[in-house]
Amino acid sequence: MECKRSAACLWLPLLVWVFISVVEGVDVSHPNLNPDSNSSGVQIVHFHWSHVTPEYFVVLWIFVTGLAKLVLHLYKRLTIEIPESAMLILFGFILGGMIWGADKAQTFALQPRTFFFFLLPQIILDAGYFMPNKLFFSNMGAILIFAIIGTVWNAVAVGLSLYGVYLGGAMGNLDIDILQFMLFGSLLSAVDPVAVLAVFEEVHVNEVLFILVFGESLLNDGVTVVLYNVCDAFVSLGADKINAAEIIKGIVSFLVVAFGGSLIGVVFAILLSLLTRCTKNLQIIEPGFIFVVSYLSYLTAEMLSLSSILAITFCGVCCQKYVNANMAESSVTTVKYAMKVLANGSETIIFVFLGISAIDPNIWVWNTGFILLTVLFVLVYRIIGVFVLTWMLNRYRLIPIEIIDQVIMSYGGLRGGVAYGLAVLLDQAKIKEKNLMLCTTLIVVYFTVILQGVTMKPLVTWLKVKRSSKSELCLIEKLQNRAFDHILVAIEDISGQIGHNYMREKWNKFEERFIRPLLMKTSARKSQDQLFNVFHQLNLKDAISYVAEGERCGSLDFARSDNDANLVFKKKFGADLSDIIPDINSDLSDKDPYDIPLENSLPSVCLDVEEEMRRKEVGDNNAHHLLQTHLYKARKQHRHRYSRKETGVNKDENEVQEIFQRTMRSRLESFKSTKMGVSQNKKLKPSKKDQVHKVCLLLPTANACYISYPSEASAGSASGGTILMRLSFRSGGGIENPAFMPDAPPQTPPWSSSAQAEYGVAPSQMAQLRIPWSPGNLHRLAPLRISTRSNDSFLLADRPTTEEEQQPPNQPCGMKK
Amino acid sequence: MIMFFSSPSDVKNNGHRRFFPYCHIILIPRGVSGHESGGITTFFARRFHHVTDHSCAIIMGSGDSTLSKIPNVEELMEETGFSPAHVVRLYERFQALDKSKKGQLSRKDFESIKELATNPIRDRIIGAFFAQGQEMVDFHTFVRILAHFRPVDKNRPKKANMQEPVNSRTSKLRFAFQLYDQDNDGKISRNELLQVLRTMLEMQVTDEQLESIADRTIQEADLDGDNAISFDEFRKSLEKVNIDHKMSIRFLR
Repeated sequence: MECKRSAACLWLPLLVWVFISVVEGVDVSHPNLNPDSNSSGVQIVHFHWSHVTPEYFVVLWIFVTGLAKLVLHLYKRLTIEIPESAMLILFGFILGGMIWGADKAQTFALQPRTFFFFLLPQIILDAGYFMPNKLFFSNMGAILIFAIIGTVWNAVAVGLSLYGVYLGGAMGNLDIDILQFMLFGSLLSAVDPVAVLAVFEEVHVNEVLFILVFGESLLNDGVTVVLYNVCDAFVSLGADKINAAEIIKGIVSFLVVAFGGSLIGVVFAILLSLLTRCTKNLQIIEPGFIFVVSYLSYLTAEMLSLSSILAITFCGVCCQKYVNANMAESSVTTVKYAMKVLANGSETIIFVFLGISAIDPNIWVWNTGFILLTVLFVLVYRIIGVFVLTWMLNRYRLIPIEIIDQVIMSYGGLRGGVAYGLAVLLDQAKIKEKNLMLCTTLIVVYFTVILQGVTMKPLVTWLKVKRSSKSELCLIEKLQNRAFDHILVAIEDISGQIGHNYMREKWNKFEERFIRPLLMKTSARKSQDQLFNVFHQLNLKDAISYVAEGERCGSLDFARSDNDANLVFKKKFGADLSDIIPDINSDLSDKDPYDIPLENSLPSVCLDVEEEMRRKEVGDNNAHHLLQTHLYKARKQHRHRYSRKETGVNKDENEVQEIFQRTMRSRLESFKSTKMGVSQNKKLKPSKKDQVHKVCLLLPTANACYISYPSEASAGSASGGTILMRLSFRSGGGIENPAFMPDAPPQTPPWSSSAQAEYGVAPSQMAQLRIPWSPGNLHRLAPLRISTRSNDSFLLADRPTTEEEQQPPNQPCGMKK
Repeated sequence: MIMFFSSPSDVKNNGHRRFFPYCHIILIPRGVSGHESGGITTFFARRFHHVTDHSCAIIMGSGDSTLSKIPNVEELMEETGFSPAHVVRLYERFQALDKSKKGQLSRKDFESIKELATNPIRDRIIGAFFAQGQEMVDFHTFVRILAHFRPVDKNRPKKANMQEPVNSRTSKLRFAFQLYDQDNDGKISRNELLQVLRTMLEMQVTDEQLESIADRTIQEADLDGDNAISFDEFRKSLEKVNIDHKMSIRFLR
């Protein structure tokens, strides 16, 4: 295995090198090929390298960086020790070296335009879109202070100190004036969200620390770019023309650019939310809108020379809630994945390019004093800035930022792509020492990303920084958090203070009354309760583990026991499906069944998105799989046809109607046969029948969901149906389920013969033995409570157990992990 | 008029000698009436609350100070950890709430707080202020209840012989627990949980779902299988939650 890995690692650069040289070679030999073919009339195959060159290179780059990432991740031990970003830069060095070897020139440098227009937006959007909003806004004050004051401080302090040292003569002869130093300081001032995310996502620090560093890095990018532009304008203006008015204009433009950009983002977020309200009939384009509209916000802000980074950040932050609620579940998942793929891809490319950029002798202008001092100042002023600002903040914070956290914050001041992009943007004509600045920027980036990035993890461990505790999804915690919120608000009200909680509550009320009705679908607003979402997710998880267990034991065999797991499962499904059709349990009441969305969209936003997504995805798939297998299999499958617009399963009303009618008919039949004591399936092998019967029993509510689809009229008739009707329906006997039809006609109700009742209801010895092996979560399945409505079922009469007996056995050891 | 915010250089505190190096003298212009000076006192006390946290304010001058009106104020501060500034502010608030001016608050007084009207668990929280059988709340109880929400201060020296401070994790949790446990039997029964759930989830959820959520919640916490959550179970189930953060209010610092 180890051997294989190293082979792969060896192969990859080799492959790349071969590829590059082949491409180069072809490029050269291309003209030679053509004349030859010109003479021979009609060609069957062309070799058109020049036809595809740029596109080919782009795709090739993406491919190579992707491969590089893949290979790096083969070495688990390495990725644990060294953050991916650092490794990618190192890989960039190697790749750049090879390109240099082949070309003897710097062929692929990262162009600022490519960076700012094609690589950065999706990373920022990803960060904004998955921002933990509550955390972000409750720490907004601190984040803004760090992002604005901290960044300005960094820029000014670094710029002025460098200028001071330059005047002192430590750098020799350089053609830089004070404004250019300030410009340089401002481009170096921003902590880079890409670099920060790459490192901090791997170390899992506590969430407050994370949001402070991350939020700061996100917002101060905007600030830096603005600062850079202002300084750049000053530089072009020339030092002698700058007066107080110009400076004031600079400050005003700073504010306008920053807040204008944010405003653009909010406007586009509203637009986006409104758009997703109307895409009900064409869900396939929903995910597209998210990307297009947010990119539009970026470009619009850029066009108006406002801060595009802030625009796309706020677009993501503001729209996430409404968009996730409005869109179908599948679209939400699609957006999540697509965004992760895009952001991850461009992050990889950026780091590799940062590495490649180093292999260019032209930019390397060494000036020991300048370079070392810059690195020193960047580091020191970051530390000073963080400590002074947190000292100020801590006087007003409920939870002070601890010293250790401050250390990590100041150490986490990683510079990255934005700084490099801005450095490349410098105008050689105006700034004579551009190359020196560029190479210094690169060194700062390498120093922070590689050195600080690598040492971050040991430092976090060594300082015993509070880590984020990976919390299991837990209903009681959510419930209690909700209660805490209410309690705090109430206490603030009672003690007559206007605190955070008071403000938050006011905002929530406002949002609920005015914003939500505007931006959120009516149907989505219903399922907005977070507590309920958690419950839903927990149920899904349980259902999956239940099914997984069932599959492990060979079908749902182990579910034979009627006292515990079986009924718990039944209950589970009742709960799950009642999400979809809340009125199953309320006796097919007169609610309009169409009002409730079929695919329930219960979005969740969480920090650990990727893992959560995976879990959820699996959950959905499995649950669907389960339903598909056990319910109307044939009906769903015959609808396979290619469609670019529709991805959902069929919801044809006619068909649903038909299902309903057939179900009713067979129920009646079954009831008749029950009444007459005719057993319909004598030929059946007991085991098979037993199993099938069991499954039918398991899903009474699931079947009910099909019954409740049809229009109100039929729903009315169903609810008008007498107790007798429900009897057979409860037993599952009358429901025609194609999945079971071939070898199992409708079942005889268990009470028709005592022997069969034995089979049907009493758990087999084996099944009872197996229950204790069920997965860890199963014991948490809700205890059995017979719904009051099932009292009228014959089933109950047959069932020997009572409510008390049905409680699951105590398993205290398994409760808490 | 001269007002001293002075810290006695050493205060006897349960036998431990503590040294406070702070002393502030604040000059208040003449002609400030008694009522205004109360406000100003509060103002200054607020400004210097980081100092007065650890010291005892002795206010000289006109003698008409809010603090001196409160009986046993030192004891109260000692017990709750509030600074004089806090106590003064809470006292002002208490008087504002006290419509009947009897020095006691009734349920009605609490219910008349406008902002509280929309709080789903309003009745529970108001109920928490009233001890069993009591109809009225005096200032001391009022402050004691609010003291639950004071952030835990790490710098405050631990006193060996003192009972657990009212703002400790456990007492914060107990406060939350008692909101559920209406019959005071030390257990959150399924019904009690259901009641709270019903108020907090309001309209979106059907009764069936509500019941299964309640069941599920109890299952998560219930260790001994009695289908109820005892305080110990409650505490254990919330072990990962940072109660100090979640049950603290900044302004009471």
